[in-house]
Amino acid sequence: MKKYLITAAAIAMAGAFSAAAYAGGPVDENLVIDGEIEMTTRTASPEGHPLDELISGWHYRTKETRALEADTFENPAMLFVEDGEQIWNTVEGTEGKSCATCHGDASESMAGVGAQYPKWDADAERPINIELQINKCREERMGAEPYAFDKGGQKPLTAYIKHQSLGEPVGIDLSQGDMQSWWEKGEELYYTRTGQLNLSCATCHEDHNGEYIRADHLSQGQVNGFPTYRLKQAALVSIHNRFRGCIRDTRAEYPAAFSDELMALEVYVTWRGTGLSVETPAVRQ
Amino acid sequence: MASAKPRVKVPKSASAGEVITIKTLISHPMESGQRKDKEGNPIPRQIINKFTCEFNGQPVFSCDIEPSVSANPYLEFTAKVSEAGTFKFTWVDDDGSVYTDEKEIALK
Repeated sequence: MKKYLITAAAIAMAGAFSAAAYAGGPVDENLVIDGEIEMTTRTASPEGHPLDELISGWHYRTKETRALEADTFENPAMLFVEDGEQIWNTVEGTEGKSCATCHGDASESMAGVGAQYPKWDADAERPINIELQINKCREERMGAEPYAFDKGGQKPLTAYIKHQSLGEPVGIDLSQGDMQSWWEKGEELYYTRTGQLNLSCATCHEDHNGEYIRADHLSQGQVNGFPTYRLKQAALVSIHNRFRGCIRDTRAEYPAAFSDELMALEVYVTWRGTGLSVETPAVRQ
Repeated sequence: MASAKPRVKVPKSASAGEVITIKTLISHPMESGQRKDKEGNPIPRQIINKFTCEFNGQPVFSCDIEPSVSANPYLEFTAKVSEAGTFKFTWVDDDGSVYTDEKEIALK
């Protein structure tokens, strides 16, 4: 009897949630890429997570935008991913090496790799993301100039590498090095109000996701699809560019890309999407 | 953007008489000829000016493309398939280059 009551309560609660679905809230659909790769775009949150359910930004977009991501042929970002493939195979620097010289076929060597970043870098004693890992390889192995933020092949190559993890669940290892304290620093930044508008990340993406901000829908601010193709810019947008854009919109001064602040935020925000599929390159508004 | 590279999506098979959707995309800068470089000199026009699709040698779809079409032109059209065969796609560049792609389709 007791079990029955609990079930009934659960159904009543589910009913209450679906009744609460309003314009701007996440749609109840499944993302299947090319009719083959079933993506996890909604999942239960990890322990200690402030949200009950993790929802990819895909659910908050229009039908047309969602369709673009579901078909790799129509996904405009795939052109950049193909550029990334070309860069992967291009020899640069004094050592006469390309990415492929050491790592071979990216579809094998990079499978699942993008889902695990940011990772602890013992040499630098800080977490690094794919962009910085690429720069590290370029400097230390290839004898090439590191890419400046968002310049050269940085975005397409990052997208190409992360695309090899398409459909893999995001999962970063917080037990490496000092990752935990960076996670804590990121959490603190996430909840710190900034700018003249006095907004924190959480104000929009935790307290008000699913609601409108001006004419647009607020998502949970998940980063599982970065670098993301934004229709507005008609180009790939990197995570740190997006962070800076959000901070700028609170009318605050924003930290430099790859600074300690934004790396800590990337560690924390990536963790907030634990279990969601890597969608790189996602398509957003 | 990398140099011109055609891409085509055609179903692997169809029933006789079925109308299928064909999607094509070619990466190309589609330089309109209206723009100027940093020194103020006109950048010469270079676009894909013609696209054709043939099925077993018979024309299915063709079009002229003009300078206002944006980079990486995407064309989608339908075709009725009554037999197995090969679709041949051709893009003609202003510089005289011709890019082609072929896709086979079988009957279900």
